[in-house]
Amino acid sequence: MAKSIAQDSLAARLRSNELYAARPLTGSSMESRFSERVVRGLLFICAALSILTTVGIVLILFVETIGFFERVSLWEFLTVTEWTPLFNNAKYGVLPLVAGTMWVAVIAIAVAIPIGLSAAIYLSMYAPRGVRNVIKPALEILAGIPTVVLGYFALTFISPEFVQRVFSDTRLFSALAAGITVGILIIPLISSLSEDALQAVPSGLRDGAYALGATKLEVSTRVMVPAAFSGIAASIILALSRAIGETMIVVLVAGGTPNWSADPRESMQAMTAYIVQISSGDVPRGGVEYQTLFAVGLTLFLITLALNVASYFIVKRFREVYE
Amino acid sequence: MTATPTARRATDTETVRSLNGSETIMSVEDLKVYYGNFLAVTDTSMNVPEKRITSLIGPSGCGKSTVLKTFNRMNDLVAVARVEGRVNYYDKNIYDPDVDPVAVRARIGMVFQRPNPFPKSIYDNVAWGAKINGYKGNMDELVERSLIQAALWDEVKDKLKESGLSLSGGQQQRLCIARTIATQPDVILMDEPCSALDPISTLRIEDLMRELVEDYPIIIVTHNMQQAARVSDITAFMTLTEGRSGTLAEMGPTDEIFTSPRDPRTEDYITGKVG
Repeated sequence: MAKSIAQDSLAARLRSNELYAARPLTGSSMESRFSERVVRGLLFICAALSILTTVGIVLILFVETIGFFERVSLWEFLTVTEWTPLFNNAKYGVLPLVAGTMWVAVIAIAVAIPIGLSAAIYLSMYAPRGVRNVIKPALEILAGIPTVVLGYFALTFISPEFVQRVFSDTRLFSALAAGITVGILIIPLISSLSEDALQAVPSGLRDGAYALGATKLEVSTRVMVPAAFSGIAASIILALSRAIGETMIVVLVAGGTPNWSADPRESMQAMTAYIVQISSGDVPRGGVEYQTLFAVGLTLFLITLALNVASYFIVKRFREVYE
Repeated sequence: MTATPTARRATDTETVRSLNGSETIMSVEDLKVYYGNFLAVTDTSMNVPEKRITSLIGPSGCGKSTVLKTFNRMNDLVAVARVEGRVNYYDKNIYDPDVDPVAVRARIGMVFQRPNPFPKSIYDNVAWGAKINGYKGNMDELVERSLIQAALWDEVKDKLKESGLSLSGGQQQRLCIARTIATQPDVILMDEPCSALDPISTLRIEDLMRELVEDYPIIIVTHNMQQAARVSDITAFMTLTEGRSGTLAEMGPTDEIFTSPRDPRTEDYITGKVG
């Protein structure tokens, strides 16, 4: 009885609104309005800062690149197959650097897609929970290894002990060894994002496929992977742009000489590696050698930008809307 | 092909009598299902006849869906689920160690609560199950026949290449029925197949079920008592024991269950006193 009286009086006080300090209908305090504006402004500055940085970088890239193309023709840049800006008889054809980057990226992606995707399928469809709880963090640790460590490991182990033994006539410094190492680097990227995509497929699809008498392999490869295709494709493109932008491993492992060659067992210089080489040397500011940095940098930026745009459209085109 | 299906139900005494003579296609003996340590279903035995619609009804959490999922071993996909007792398909216990659950599911089809067509074309949705089951006949014919049987053909015949996901909810559910039929199952299980649908789509599915039962025995779980009364020949009422486990209270011809139940728990539920 006493309890019910207490509750009645609480009900009355709740109804009277006296217990809620901040609910006056009119004259809401200017103070709280002001603090809300400040928070909003701060959040906006943080969001704007990252955009401004990007805009600034792109602007500088463009300005310096225009300076470069006042001295070197775009035609030469895009068609000549020699890159010797430091020689007396300098040639400015970017193709060997692009080829170096592409060889590394293509080999890396060829290594990482089958392994990363298989790992993702295993983790999402096959692994018992205990195993999954071990393998998933392990893969994420692999993603956390500094690339300089991975590059050094490649030079002392992967290249001499594996690549050179399996593929005869491979140099110690080769696009092949660099590609395989970068491939190892991006496996976690593909496996982790693809696994997320597979987990996001509605479980009803999986059950529906099982109920028709499909085996686990059929459910995985013929229902789940196609249903998660947009996410998987996005993970692959992200991994590809990561491979193209990867620097430390190619500096250490791929070699330091631009090489227009169709043989990845040779040593090649990637675009990023060239930028490192010139940045760490004593090239005078304002000279054409200095400007090559920006021309190559812009090329790199445009390639990854194109990939990101492609990824956006692929994801949009293949995303399935369930209900 | 254009015949409008009309719901028929085994109400007359003659049909009811013949039910008793109807051959059993699946049966459950002393079924117990555990989820981890929790006993979800206990002391349940039932016979499911050929050429009839059998409905499982009962309050939420009484194990209707759990029992249904033992009929095609979908419970295997739940890591912590464990089944004791026998679930017979004709004379074979499908939980025997020598039975391949994939083969069981190929013969005992299932339609789910939410329509779950694959993100493939309408055609491929129907063809897929048949394909993985090694169907060697003419696929176009099979797809057409299955879609006709599922009363969907007229609506989709001009857009077989479009995604199954582009259809409305009711159409998607009939597409799921078509893909189940295309594998030529011996039994079709339906787990609240209309709970995500509007009343008109629901009636279409119910009419369809009455048509399909000519060829396929159907076991349906429904939380909708009117639906059970409308479509099913046999009704099994499940309830909860003191220990919160699901169990079969009584089973019989739908008319008897709804008009003169023997078990007071059934009566309380049917008349709306509980549940």
